[in-house]
Amino acid sequence: MTSLTKAAPVLRIEGLRKAFGASVVLNDLNLTAAEHTCTALIGASGSGKSTLLRCIDLLEVVDDGVVELDGADITDPRVDANEVRSRIGLVFQSYNLFPHLRVLDNVTLALRRVHRIGREQAEADGLAMLERVGLRDRAGARPDELSGGQQQRVAIARALVAKPRLMLFDEVTSALDPELVGEVLGLIRELRDDGMTMLLATHEMGFARDVADRVCFLDAGRVLEEGPPEQVLGDPVEPRTRQFLGRIIEAGRL
Amino acid sequence: MATTTSSSPTAPEPSVATASGWQPSERQLERIKYRRSRTRRSVLIALASSIVVIGIVVVVVGNSSGWPRTRASFFDLSAGWHDLPALLRALWINIQIMLISEVFILVFGALIATMRTLQGAVFFPLRFFAALYTDIFRGMPLLIVLYLVGFGLPSLRLSWAPSSPFTLCIIALVLTYTAYVAEVFRAGIQSVHPSQRASARALGLTYAQSMRHVVFPQAVRRVFPALLNDFVSLQKDTSLVSVLGVIEITLTAYNQQSQDFKFVPLVFAGLVFVALTIPTTRLTDWIAQRQGWISPGAAMV
Repeated sequence: MTSLTKAAPVLRIEGLRKAFGASVVLNDLNLTAAEHTCTALIGASGSGKSTLLRCIDLLEVVDDGVVELDGADITDPRVDANEVRSRIGLVFQSYNLFPHLRVLDNVTLALRRVHRIGREQAEADGLAMLERVGLRDRAGARPDELSGGQQQRVAIARALVAKPRLMLFDEVTSALDPELVGEVLGLIRELRDDGMTMLLATHEMGFARDVADRVCFLDAGRVLEEGPPEQVLGDPVEPRTRQFLGRIIEAGRL
Repeated sequence: MATTTSSSPTAPEPSVATASGWQPSERQLERIKYRRSRTRRSVLIALASSIVVIGIVVVVVGNSSGWPRTRASFFDLSAGWHDLPALLRALWINIQIMLISEVFILVFGALIATMRTLQGAVFFPLRFFAALYTDIFRGMPLLIVLYLVGFGLPSLRLSWAPSSPFTLCIIALVLTYTAYVAEVFRAGIQSVHPSQRASARALGLTYAQSMRHVVFPQAVRRVFPALLNDFVSLQKDTSLVSVLGVIEITLTAYNQQSQDFKFVPLVFAGLVFVALTIPTTRLTDWIAQRQGWISPGAAMV
């Protein structure tokens, strides 16, 4: 068993399809993420990045195809979805902190309710995680007392605290002031250096080039082009990729 | 929360001198003077119009031909004070009915609301039952429910069914008010953004856990004023249970009235209800505000 998990990639997606009514968002999508790698997902709005991440975290029921986490099919309806979700960390564009809970309680909720860890241990773990994202002194604050960048760092701490196998970031800096983007990206960079396996949907091409091991360009619900960042971002093969990157350069974001 | 007001753009008047040594300009001083004069003007207008209205009421009512008799019957204070102790003793019954009912109403209301928000075909019977229940009991007048429960349930002659009017009227109140409160809870649950549920589920919380720890606490805070409204309404409606012969405050006052043909006891009973609801409202508002459940209200723009 252990040898199998060692051999298998953390994430393997094959033939994934997801449609909402008549609009097919993901269409025969294939993707693999090896352990300790950072994969950046780029593509225009509506290309399926968010839906892909939601499908991986089982927040959407897939129409077809397979998602494997550590070699096991998680899209099988017999799988305990809550257990799978507890092994995956997902960070949203809009933070989605729980506004009625203090920062520390946001971070410890899953530890206590999902992982059944006692309050004392959970709070110790939570404080350690807040320390890591540099917000230990805000543990008692309410989410709406924090800046956007701080809220997003709390959201990352909340997703990280249960030691997930895989982290999913869904355009986590898109709602932030340019000034605050840096503190969140810096944190993600640290995670990458610590060897966290992660998928990163992003519009920050410079950051993708910087931290990602692989870049996947999503177009019309499939991975149209993938490879090392220098190749995909610097010398793309596909005309659609070139067109997309051209627009990004025009907009001054690369 | 309310730590600084000076930075708020809607703060009505900046303090005249601050630590930074700022002195208001001539223009600003002129504005402050103008606003003060406007305030003075509105206060005077409100005062004058109140005096006029009260004056008209006093003159019209005082000059009506039936006023002396009405006064003797409704506003004979000496008779009222005499009955007050009996009324207050009877009020204890109302308070008991109200508190016991409210506990069941909140529990059942939350349950029915949760049932209505369940998704998936398996839960269709539950959803259907909850919707049917709400439709029926929200539509049916409380007085009729009281009659049906109060006289219908005992007529079944079930040995285990409650037969005391006290219990029967609580059942009727709970049946009716659960329907209202369930709708209030449902509105609260649906007002919590789906992304909150998504992020709770993403952490691995089950459906029940995300309802319990994420959705429901936020829902309750949002609908707190509406819940309070229903609670005050329930307080008043405990007077209706008099139709089942429960000797509570209204029936006590009514019996007193039929003895000496004076309506003062009913007027006093009414005032007792008012005296009961006002502190309840103020107290719960204060608690909610202190907990930060309801915002103190932004300046109206």
